[in-house]
Amino acid sequence: MTTASPPVPARRVRADRRSGLRTSPVLAGAAVATAVITAVPLWYLLVQATSEGLAEVWDEVWQRRTLDLAIRSIGLAVVVTAGCLLIGTATAFLVTRTDLPGRRVWRVLLALPLSIPSYVSAFAWISWRPSLAGFWGAALVLTSVSYPFVYLPVAASLRRLDRTQEEVARSLGKNPTQVAVGVTLRQIRPAATAGGLLVALYVLADFGAVATMRYESFTWVIYGAYRAGFNPVRAAILSLVLVAISLVIVLAEHRVRGRGAAARVGGGAARPVAPIPLGPARWPALAGVAGLLTVVLMIPLWLVVQWLFRGDSGTVDLGELGRALGTTIGVSALATIVAVVLALPVGLLAARVRTRWAQGVERVTFVAHALPGIVIAISVVFVGIRLLEPLYQELPMLIFAYVVLFCSFAVGSIRASVEQASPRIDEVARSLGARPLEVVWRVTLPLAAPGIAAGAGLVFLATMKELPATLLLHPTGTDTLATKLWQETAVSDYASGAPYALALVLVAALPAALLTRGREEAPVS
Amino acid sequence: MSALEVRGLTKRFGGVLALDHVDVVVPAGSITAVVGPSGSGKTTLLRLVAGFERPDAGTVAVGDTIVAGAGRLVAPERRRVAIVPQEGALFPHLSVAANVGFGLPRGRGKGPRVIECLELVGLAGYDKRRPDQLSGGQQQRVALARALAPHPSLIMLDEPFSALDAALRPQVRAEVVAALRADGATAVIVTHDRDEALSMADQVVVLLDGRVAQAATPATLYRAPASAEVAAFIGPGEVVSGERRGSVVHTSRGELPVDVASRAPDGRVDVVVRPEPVLVYPPTDAVDRDPVDADDDGTDRRTAGASGVDAVAAVAEDEAPA
Repeated sequence: MTTASPPVPARRVRADRRSGLRTSPVLAGAAVATAVITAVPLWYLLVQATSEGLAEVWDEVWQRRTLDLAIRSIGLAVVVTAGCLLIGTATAFLVTRTDLPGRRVWRVLLALPLSIPSYVSAFAWISWRPSLAGFWGAALVLTSVSYPFVYLPVAASLRRLDRTQEEVARSLGKNPTQVAVGVTLRQIRPAATAGGLLVALYVLADFGAVATMRYESFTWVIYGAYRAGFNPVRAAILSLVLVAISLVIVLAEHRVRGRGAAARVGGGAARPVAPIPLGPARWPALAGVAGLLTVVLMIPLWLVVQWLFRGDSGTVDLGELGRALGTTIGVSALATIVAVVLALPVGLLAARVRTRWAQGVERVTFVAHALPGIVIAISVVFVGIRLLEPLYQELPMLIFAYVVLFCSFAVGSIRASVEQASPRIDEVARSLGARPLEVVWRVTLPLAAPGIAAGAGLVFLATMKELPATLLLHPTGTDTLATKLWQETAVSDYASGAPYALALVLVAALPAALLTRGREEAPVS
Repeated sequence: MSALEVRGLTKRFGGVLALDHVDVVVPAGSITAVVGPSGSGKTTLLRLVAGFERPDAGTVAVGDTIVAGAGRLVAPERRRVAIVPQEGALFPHLSVAANVGFGLPRGRGKGPRVIECLELVGLAGYDKRRPDQLSGGQQQRVALARALAPHPSLIMLDEPFSALDAALRPQVRAEVVAALRADGATAVIVTHDRDEALSMADQVVVLLDGRVAQAATPATLYRAPASAEVAAFIGPGEVVSGERRGSVVHTSRGELPVDVASRAPDGRVDVVVRPEPVLVYPPTDAVDRDPVDADDDGTDRRTAGASGVDAVAAVAEDEAPA
């Protein structure tokens, strides 16, 4: 016998899956309640869509205008995804594998556009060039805010890349270009594909950019069906079609991600990669990166700022701005508290109990997040009309929508932080006489506190930027930054909108920039 | 009175029989080591006794109370079985004092007991430290103090020293035993390290393939293993076959005297020759020299004859005579 610690036998791993938490019916009940709350709106969407019979659904779906709508939405998604793949992959390669001057700074800056709300960016562009309205304006804005979905995972996978494979290819007689295409590109393909599908999903779900650019895609038309005369059945049916298209992409993304993980086999730490010298090409490369950041970051920010100093900036009503800011922060804080409280049992359960039903509960809370905000908003409206009539257009309904939309951020981050703490720690606590809920309270929650705080931060940021659900559900007379900006943009009063746009950038993008600093792998959306 | 009584304990994971009718009795105030190679079911036994798994058959009784089996399954927190896991698993968000006091009811008695337990493990004055400011050995001793504090019926230590530096182990081991004895605690130490088992425990239970191969004192185990497998697992040595006639075994290497403790009948047997008793002396002048002091592991050493290969032989029963 050696004195080295023994290999962990298979049955022990199995035993790890269970722990004291399994026996807490309170926790399990709370988790199921959260899952039900997040699933209720989708159920009412189905009820509403089929309320006039399936034949009606069929007729609505197989109409020329529905087909046109699908083509317009998918076309936009395809163009934006292609642009993002190109920009995201190229920038990721430049900042991780070459000796591009200032690459450390670029790495952080390149991730920032992700945190700029699409409608703020769209507001800036259209205030400068009203002629941009339409397909290309929407494509420009959506590409500039969503390419980080490709850039971040590709940069991460390039950093992990095992250089030995490239060296082997070189030693087998391949030239650098052949290596780049045959080996490197192939290895980053899973990351790029997954990122690209996220972009497509984002484009289909986006409301702010297409609405500001007046491009008739699904989300805007659904909003129109709700606003103009309120045709609930049509809004619901179009929502379902959009959900169906989105689900196809979600499933594709799920499959690609699974394969990508399997593609990274082989142990051992990858050796640090020496940067590829760009030589004289580094000045055009530098110009390219700087130019890109000018377009996606500097121009929108500059346009917003310059509206403030243009002639009639005296019209900025500071009192109103302050009220909107206060409302935004207050409503977002409330939504964050509710979302975290509801997410806690789900995250705890998912981290500690690996049974199928626990995973199912967790997935339910993620489904809503994959769906467009406008769909969730419309669905919550239906719940309000059919189930909670007295609360319709009251604050609880808005909070409800936020929770359904963003609860999964908190679930994911609570789960991750609980998983980091060994289940042994829970068991020790039990063996010392602590009851299951006492263990949660005295051990698990304090240990998960940083993760819970991070999750709360994500929910808070996302809520402050949210547009479609806020538009549909905000109580009459109470405006947030997003709804004020929307109102001013709708009447082309850009000077009055600018303060709200700037405030949104400051409250949403600034914290994200601070969070991303130093760990550019974590996408903060 | 026994602090722990395990009867016929059986546990399956899928098709794998992890524990097969295991019987273990731990007298109150004693230290028992459960030793076996990895995969022998040690950890499963610990988890069943502590209450983290449900047995398929058999009973577990802590003190006079049946806590598992016979239609009962008492929750871990009500068993009064405190565990000390492999890596200590201190609560990283709590100070040393708060860790030790975790299992104590809130109240006035809490402070003195925490101090007392820290003194027992030789860490008086460390109460305000955080776990990450302690060395591995110190963390392990805090974990022990935490388990001792609420006066549990039983403390179960799971490979408590395997995460420690090999050079540090004997010392921490001795300190742990001293603390357990000083507090009059009953302990079960689960380990794959036979030296650890033999040097720490009053009783050693050898688990092989989910079965109790032997339960005995360290000395008995070493000198009279119940089977060749136990003999091979419990200490170094060579297995030689031979034929027993009375108190002598005839082997191809010569005649070996048989230890009185052996129960093997006359006939074909396997002989385990331990290295320690084989002492080779210079032919004449060294007769009065003592052999090197025996390690404190219960091994009995006897002076061998002045010439030839002679040994104290542990004889194992041979189940398949040729």
